Amino acid sequence: MNKFVERLKAGEVLVADGATGTNLQKVGLVGGIHTEDWVFDEPKKILDLEKAFVAAGSDILLTCTFGGTRPRMQGAKHGDQVYEINKRAVELAREAASARDDVLVAGSMGPIGKLLKPYGPLTHEEARDAFAEQAKALAEGGVDFLLFETHFALNEVDAGLEGARSVTDLPIVVSFSYDRGTRTMMGVKPTEVIKKYEPMGVTMIGANCGTTLENMETILKEYGSVDPGFPLWAKPNAGIPRLVNGETLYDVTPEQMADFAKKYVSLGARVVGGCCGSTPEHVAAIVKTVKRKKDER
Amino acid sequence: MSEELRKKMAQSIIDGDVDTAVALAKESIATGMEPMDAISNGFVAGVNEVGDAFGRGEMFLPELVMAGEAMKAAVATLDPELRKRGTERRKLGKVVIATVEGDIHEIGKTLVTIMMSSSGFEVFDLGVDCPAEKIIGKALEINADIIAMSALLTTTMIRQKEVIDELEKEGLRGKFKVMVGGAPITRDWVKYIGADGYSEDAVGAVVVAKQLVGAVD
Repeated sequence: MNKFVERLKAGEVLVADGATGTNLQKVGLVGGIHTEDWVFDEPKKILDLEKAFVAAGSDILLTCTFGGTRPRMQGAKHGDQVYEINKRAVELAREAASARDDVLVAGSMGPIGKLLKPYGPLTHEEARDAFAEQAKALAEGGVDFLLFETHFALNEVDAGLEGARSVTDLPIVVSFSYDRGTRTMMGVKPTEVIKKYEPMGVTMIGANCGTTLENMETILKEYGSVDPGFPLWAKPNAGIPRLVNGETLYDVTPEQMADFAKKYVSLGARVVGGCCGSTPEHVAAIVKTVKRKKDER
Repeated sequence: MSEELRKKMAQSIIDGDVDTAVALAKESIATGMEPMDAISNGFVAGVNEVGDAFGRGEMFLPELVMAGEAMKAAVATLDPELRKRGTERRKLGKVVIATVEGDIHEIGKTLVTIMMSSSGFEVFDLGVDCPAEKIIGKALEINADIIAMSALLTTTMIRQKEVIDELEKEGLRGKFKVMVGGAPITRDWVKYIGADGYSEDAVGAVVVAKQLVGAVD
């Protein structure tokens, strides 16, 4: 059995990593640079961050491939090497993961960045093929599972699942970003997401990014109202950022984040972690809180 | 009779129903309704209703996009009649819009374009990753009333300031109103860079733009 699925079946609570983007910005990633370009140009900085998450106790590392679909990488320095970038990103994550036993690697697949018809220019086939290409590279690179994250549109995820399933049998996690409170910008509700994708055989459903830690709690409750036993994925931001003197600040402390992570687990989350603004310190605090033995929780 | 037709027009926009909007526009021509009356008192009422519902969290991006499409189709159908009368749709103002250099986020900017166009602005969309010279150049070329800039990254927001600084330097700041938007944009940022207005969403952007050109309804 797939190691990821095995551990979920065993009832283990897994801790994912924290943010990629906001942490790489601290070491020099600037606007205009595609984060994925750093897989080739600054691999050590990605590796260092991933190693820091492993040291903090992450059980799951996400590959630095969030924007690694071909249409999204149009204009990137290495935009003509989509397959190579995705595969290399897996190798980097694997290298970082090897510092501890049993660290899993998830292939991150974010939105393409353009809307699908009828709301935008992308066709279903274009989206499907873009995700298929990325999924193939991630699978051949050796990820343990695929993660559709920060998605907001059902039609894009439909195309993504079709594309991914055409190239690999790896487990798939689907995570939406509810940035209009508890609805996505397309108006999608958590209940719609779980009703649609659970029957399609995805391994987990969840939410990441979005708005506040409180809203994440509501979202998990809504998922749970449809199927209380289904394993959920929760990777919220460290709150909503504030800009102070040109610097972006996330105010949620590691301890606050850990308190919420504990609540998320009680609501059915089996993977918890952090999105934008979450540092290795946030991850360490979450690990400390949720990785205790079941009877101590 | 006319009142009923206007109501149907508004409803076709609320429903985002392109075919019905076009059919109603044709019907209004056939019945001799003034095309400006059809737009201003019929279709635009629908745009406003969609905008309000969006603000209340009852409608979302798909409804805005489809309402925009229906509006565009209705106006295109009425356009020949407007031209015949020499009463082209009164434009609220000219807007140059772009996502700033280094930023490829498109969706929010496009949505603002749709809502502004639907509401009667003439909008020139320069796309994403757009350098300051290009934005300012276009604004000068078309004699824009408003420059609108989107930035979705905390690392590209600074480009909004650079455009404003460049306008200052060239002595052009007084010539254009500047609006900014994007997920990380806050009131403090707007004040800090000296922009004239901002909004958290596309519907609010229309309200702000109207205020900036003195077309408050």
